[in-house]
Parts: sequence; C-alpha cells; structure tokens
Amino acid sequence: MDIEEYVNKIKSKKLNAVNTIKKVISKVKELNKEYNCFITICEDEALEQARLVDKNRKGRLAGVPVSVKDAICVKNVQATAGSKMLEGYVPPFDATVIQRLKDEGAIIIGKTSQDAFGFGSFSVNTNMSVPKNPFDKNRSAGGSSGGTACVTQLADFPHIGIGESTGGSISAPSSFCGVYGLTPTYGLNSRYGLIDYGNSLDKIGPICKSTHDTALVLNIISGNDPRDQTSLNSKKIDYTKFEDIKNYTIGLPKQYFQNISPSVKKSVEEVISVLKKLGIRFVEVDLKTTKYHIPAYYLIAMCEASTNLAKLDGVRYGSRTSFTDSDNYNDYYTSVRSKNFCAETKRRIIIGTFARMSGYRSQYYLKAMKVRTLIINDYKKAFEKVDCLLSPTMMFTAPRFDEIEKLDPLQEYQSDLLTCGPNLAGIPMINVPCGKDENGLPIGFHIIADHLNELKILSVANAYEEAMKK
Amino acid sequence: MIDEAKVKHVAELARLRLSSEEVTKFARQLNDVIESFKILDEVNVEGVEPSFHPIKTENVLREDNVEKCLDKKTVFKLACHKEDDYFKTPKIV
Repeated sequence: MDIEEYVNKIKSKKLNAVNTIKKVISKVKELNKEYNCFITICEDEALEQARLVDKNRKGRLAGVPVSVKDAICVKNVQATAGSKMLEGYVPPFDATVIQRLKDEGAIIIGKTSQDAFGFGSFSVNTNMSVPKNPFDKNRSAGGSSGGTACVTQLADFPHIGIGESTGGSISAPSSFCGVYGLTPTYGLNSRYGLIDYGNSLDKIGPICKSTHDTALVLNIISGNDPRDQTSLNSKKIDYTKFEDIKNYTIGLPKQYFQNISPSVKKSVEEVISVLKKLGIRFVEVDLKTTKYHIPAYYLIAMCEASTNLAKLDGVRYGSRTSFTDSDNYNDYYTSVRSKNFCAETKRRIIIGTFARMSGYRSQYYLKAMKVRTLIINDYKKAFEKVDCLLSPTMMFTAPRFDEIEKLDPLQEYQSDLLTCGPNLAGIPMINVPCGKDENGLPIGFHIIADHLNELKILSVANAYEEAMKK
Repeated sequence: MIDEAKVKHVAELARLRLSSEEVTKFARQLNDVIESFKILDEVNVEGVEPSFHPIKTENVLREDNVEKCLDKKTVFKLACHKEDDYFKTPKIV
C-alpha cells in the first residue's frame, strides 16, 4: 500500500491510526532487536499523535509513521545525534521539518541510529548503537543516516524516513539499503532544530520507498523558514508533478566512473541503456575539479564541526558529571567532552581546530573555501549543457564490519568521492536503487542537478522507476 | 606536519584530554589526513572569492517585535547543575 492509498483509508475511517501505530511500534521493536536501527522508539508520543489523527482525520500524511535521524529534534523525545555527549537531552521543541510533518498528520515513531554528529560513511563512528544492513547483518547500513535508511527498507508498512546529509549521509545509506534518498539544494529545507555538523553544508531530506513518496515529503517539508537564516525564499512547486524527460540531456562525469566495482559499473550501464530507450541523450562531462572534492569538503566540514561542537560543555543539557567547589571550569568542560566524544569526533575536532589556527587558516580553511568556488563553477559549467548528471552513488556496495574496522580514517573519507562534490556545491541529488550485486546487496545510482532543480532529478528517478515496473 | 606535541596542544585548545595511546594513534592518522589536504596547494585561486555558502544567501531581517521564546522553567529543566535562575558551573576565575 503506498502512502496516498493508506492516508485515504485513514481519512475515510477504513483504518484506525491508533491500532495501526500500535502494530507498527510492536514491529519496529522487533526489528530494532535485530538491526539496531533506532536509538529511541517513542511509543507514548506516537500513540498520542495517533489519537489526534483519529480525532481529526486530516493532513496529507494522516497517520503515516515517520522515523527521524537522531540529530533532528523532536519535541519531548531524546536527541543524542548518535553521541553519548547528548545522552539524556530531550529537546523542548520540534525542528521545523518535524513541525511541518506533524501538521500534516504524520506520526513520529522513533529516532534512528547514526554516526555521532554525522561524522562517518558507515554509521560505525558512534558510542550509541550501530545499525546493520537489512540484506546482511554483518554489513553496514551506510552512514551517517544509516538507521533511517535501514528501517525504510525493512518497513513492510507505509513509512517515511527523514535523514540529513553534510557530505553524502543521505545518499550513502540509501544506496547501501536500496531505498530512495533525496538530498535537497542547500537552504531548501529549514535546518532549524538540527544538531549542526557543518552549517554551510547540512541539508535535511527524505528517505523513502518510492520517488512519489519522496516528492510528496519534499512538498511538505520544503519552503522558507524565518527561524533559519540560510533558508531560501524560492518559489513553491509541486514536486509530484513530474516532467516529461524525453528531451533531457544527461551528463556522465568521466571522473565518476573510475575505480568503480564491476557490479556497480555494470548496473549503472544498464540504467543508462534503460534511460536511452526513454529518449534521454547522454554526453560525457569533464569535471576537472573532482580530485579536490574530498580535501576541500573535509577541511570545510571539520572546521565548521569543531566550532559547532564547542558549545557542548556539559552544563546546559546532555551529559554532565559532578563537581566540587574546588574544581575548575576548564577541567570540568574538558573531562565531560573527553569522556563522551568517540574517537572520530575527537579526530574531527582536532583537525578542524588545527586548520583554523592562526598561521594555518589561510593555508587550509580559506583555501578550501576558494577551491569550493571553483568546484561550484565546474558544476555550473556542466549544467549549461546538460539537465542532470548521472553516476553511481557509491563506488561499491555495503562493506562488512570487519572490512570497515581495518580502514584508516583517510581511507574512510575517500569512500565519499562521488557524494561530497555535489554536497559541497549544495546542489540536489537523489539515490535511485538499480538492482543488486552478486552478494544480493543493493546498488544505487545518483542523479544530480543544478541548484533548485529537484523536479528534474525526481522526474528522471520516477521515469526509471516506472520503466522498471513494466 | 602534525606530530604528537602538536596533537596534544591542539587537543588542549579544543578542551579534549587524550590518553597517550590516543595521542600516538591520532598523530599518525591526522598527519596522513593533513598531508592529503596539501593537494589543494596546486590549485591557483588568485582572484577567486571564497564560497562561505554554496548558494547566494541574503541577510534576513524581521520587525523588531517581541516574540515568544522558550521560558526559563523549560530551559532549566534540561540542566542538572543550577541554582535559582542560573546555571551552576565549577569556578571559572
């Protein structure tokens, strides 16, 4: 049953939201025992919302269960962002995207597992819980929105996932779990109520089971928010009204097809032939700045992260420890942080602090910001000739946990090669599932477009999805 | 080059206390990462403006009216070290 059909049944009283949500909660509790997809399942709050839905029977998402990445605040539900540093923090407000979903009758069922503060590609860099891949429990669900993508794949009921991406945290888990994940243009969806990673990079987006569901959620959560200074004031459009893609030209960045695993390459080549039959023209594109994407991205992300995390002091909320009159503030602040941040969090704070230090700021931070301009220009130049770009989403399918353990941080960062460029440029992208590899693991492809061209990427995704149904 | 002494110094600035094992491990790992950033040195950025945001943003102003915000009681409920209407911390000076 798709979301619209389900919502119609709730509205026409053929289904009861409280009964449905009770069953959903019991199901996700079982799933969580096996897959660790949730940090918190908020049964009481969900049932309270369901009672309201049964009373009003209103909204485009009436009674639809929603799982939310833990870094996005939901009123009265613990938000740890995947870190013990924020354990026990219960936000007294809803993030704007959550408020908009609730206003349409959506029901938040829980907060999902992730890399602490979004710092990772495999959801293992956390001292909370590590989600497992829905197709093989010895493998990663991807990161950092791993729990959201995992539960979206496992849900055998109408379901919406909400993730957040800084450098690929919607695309990577969506690809590894075989679901649709849309990273919007920077500023299209409000960041108010998001526990920040990198302010100039963070984007909240939907992770769903179909293009149509993804577009419907984007219709609801997008739009200007005065509480977010970087929120765009763009024209509101209906993302479910897909365009005819027959005359589209799609660019294939040649640098994005190097070092790709053979099964991923084969699968994406098959996608291209399906889309060619639909009338799309393909051309090769040369993105010369590709080799600078990872260093520029990580420098900017770590600099911004290290300043954001300075506010976590163990005083106002989250983890804390006891102290006596003879203790001093700096020691207290240092000891709470040292105890509760995991290794990757500490590494990123140290690199970010180093790159912003006097004497290094121009060499690293400012240089990366200037290179970012060249990277944006590189994409803009490509979009003068093509409607969208297409590439694999990830270079490989979900790795095993024992393989991830052997990776050095630098090797882990390099796995983001195909996702961090568009994230750095703030342009929209969607992961579309396109088959499985020899181990039965999902493969995904990326469609990327210029700023605010979400309708184009959704239209291509939908055309492919429909073609594959035939 | 980032060595153990530098890791310790930067960690202290960022209010992190590292174990000696962490210092050794991080020095090697972070040095690899910092070295990998040096590829940016080859890019000519003369005359290029930095992009602090990926898309043009404009200043957002609103009327200077009093609006509702979180009340003190709600905010203080989140803290465990508090006294009257103040957060309580160890001595600062």
